Amino acid sequence: MLSTARIANLGDALWEATHAFPTQTAFIEANRDRVNGVWTHGEVRAEADRLGGLLQSKGVEANDRVAILMGNQARWPISAMAAFRVGAIVMPLDYKLTPAEQLALLQHGTPKALITEQVIWRRLVEEDPTIADALIPLIPEAPDDADLKGAIRWESESTPVIPASRRREDTACIVYSSGTGGTPKGCMLSHGNYLAQAEILGTLFPLVETDRYFSILPTNHAIDFMCGFILPMLFGATVVHQRTLRPQFIASTMKRQGITHMAVVPLLLKALGDRIREQLDALPDWQRRIADGLISVNDNLTAKRPNQRVSSLLLKPIHEAFGGRLKQLFCGGAFVDPELAQFFYRLGLPVAIGYGLTEAGTVVTVNDLKPFRPDTVGMPVRGTSLEIRDADANGIGEVWIQGPTVMQGYLDAPELTAEAIVDGWLRTGDLGHFDASGHLKLVGRRSNMIVTGGGKNIYPEDVEATFDDLSDCEESCVFATDFIWPRGSMVDETLVLVIRPQDALTKDTRTMVAERNRTLADFKRVSHLLVWSEPFPRTASMKVKRSELAKQIGEQCAPNALEEAA
Amino acid sequence: MNITDQLITLASRRFQVDPATLQPEDDFFEKLGIDSIQALDLLSEVEMHFDVEIPDYELQGVVTFAALSALIEGRV
Repeated sequence: MLSTARIANLGDALWEATHAFPTQTAFIEANRDRVNGVWTHGEVRAEADRLGGLLQSKGVEANDRVAILMGNQARWPISAMAAFRVGAIVMPLDYKLTPAEQLALLQHGTPKALITEQVIWRRLVEEDPTIADALIPLIPEAPDDADLKGAIRWESESTPVIPASRRREDTACIVYSSGTGGTPKGCMLSHGNYLAQAEILGTLFPLVETDRYFSILPTNHAIDFMCGFILPMLFGATVVHQRTLRPQFIASTMKRQGITHMAVVPLLLKALGDRIREQLDALPDWQRRIADGLISVNDNLTAKRPNQRVSSLLLKPIHEAFGGRLKQLFCGGAFVDPELAQFFYRLGLPVAIGYGLTEAGTVVTVNDLKPFRPDTVGMPVRGTSLEIRDADANGIGEVWIQGPTVMQGYLDAPELTAEAIVDGWLRTGDLGHFDASGHLKLVGRRSNMIVTGGGKNIYPEDVEATFDDLSDCEESCVFATDFIWPRGSMVDETLVLVIRPQDALTKDTRTMVAERNRTLADFKRVSHLLVWSEPFPRTASMKVKRSELAKQIGEQCAPNALEEAA
Repeated sequence: MNITDQLITLASRRFQVDPATLQPEDDFFEKLGIDSIQALDLLSEVEMHFDVEIPDYELQGVVTFAALSALIEGRV
């Protein structure tokens, strides 16, 4: 790994790496069964310098913000490197949000430039025709005859870039952890935050130049940004981008490109696991018995630590389905089902389970696999301290974090920052305890939010407006179901809509709830309804006292009082 | 058989649902009880059936059989 000890900022680290490994392949872009393009580290540097010059020629200066709103492709990290080269702050945005949600974040973050794709740009302009006046849009790969709607071609030639210097304490990125409907939470992460995280993870999970990381999580996601961009660059390894998440093409690309490392969210890990289970179940009895025997042998041989060479020999057909070179899976973004992680480990496909949140970089605890512990999220990483505050009799309390990866604060939200960071410690809102060996076990959340299997943070406040002014209804409020009735689990989390009807809940109201629910993205929908007859407790300024209402409901109702929202 | 009906037949076969219970304006996530990865699997089958290629980003916000049908119609 490139030594970052004397490097002042993330942009310089990436730029130095392209010099250290000039002819090594940096990016391969796969699209279904085709390869769209291949870039060496040297070519990446040349492209980033050209684009940096273009950004500068259009007026982007140090400390300006540059938003990146693209699917997985090589131009994403090249664009980020170009922005860093001119000292700009990168704002990675989620291409899966609706145009209205993307516009809300653009309005909040006020970037000077936006680098996006033609289809996304067209949708943004349709939603808000004035958007082209508010920023400098750049789009790659536009056909020659395309109507760019005020955008500049990403590929345009430029004047030479004049690099800008940044310090470790300067902001490198603003990453939105939530707030598409409520108050946006733009986490300001410094160059020092990223370099510290890269040093920590690079020591724990070193790569070699022949390794190939498969980037299928969106690069705006903290895990892919670190594991599928920064780390492979610093190690001179290769990143394979894939433009589709369809399982059949994931499998074929893994085989064709010889993927060694990959990060997934629990939802995708489950889909991959289901496929293996289906294939195992389809085996004739005698073959199944042999497979089970080999899995047991592998189990014994890898009890203390993984051994990729042994596992891939013993369980060759299963490993070949993943390309035959897979060394390591990372799973994050949401709680990982321990049984599922155990299933993969038994097949010789170790899943590194960690715990992290955007506010603290990528991970603050990680399982080092020596030995594998699927029941925990591992131990704190080097240099990071975790404390359990306000613990109950069982040692369970809120997880607080201090360390070199904790964010600087939320953009333009001093009150939110003051709530989140207290005396240099980040309050996570997550509940957990340490076991005797120092591994962290998470058991629930103190905060009123859910994390989906796809790794999306959903705050009830963000979906509540969808259910405003329901007919025959006095008031309504959305909760994370576990916030009212804690289960001690963080899988299959759901939202519940609490309604106080004028009289009784009418058919019209139910229909209206179902209709409005359908307007939300599938992962944001409320799954249940609860009818509540008492007026909601409110503050002097008429805001619902959520904690008090949740407590009242929890004390007076059982979870079986819920009805399906659909 | 029109495109929407063909889509409903494909979906009902794959997820073993009675096609008579599926309507063009139905939200297929909700009606079939599937997650986003399973939906992508279904779409791969749809692409093969109609011999079209639909990039993932074109599918953002497409949740009904009718909307998916319109997307395919523009490409076949």
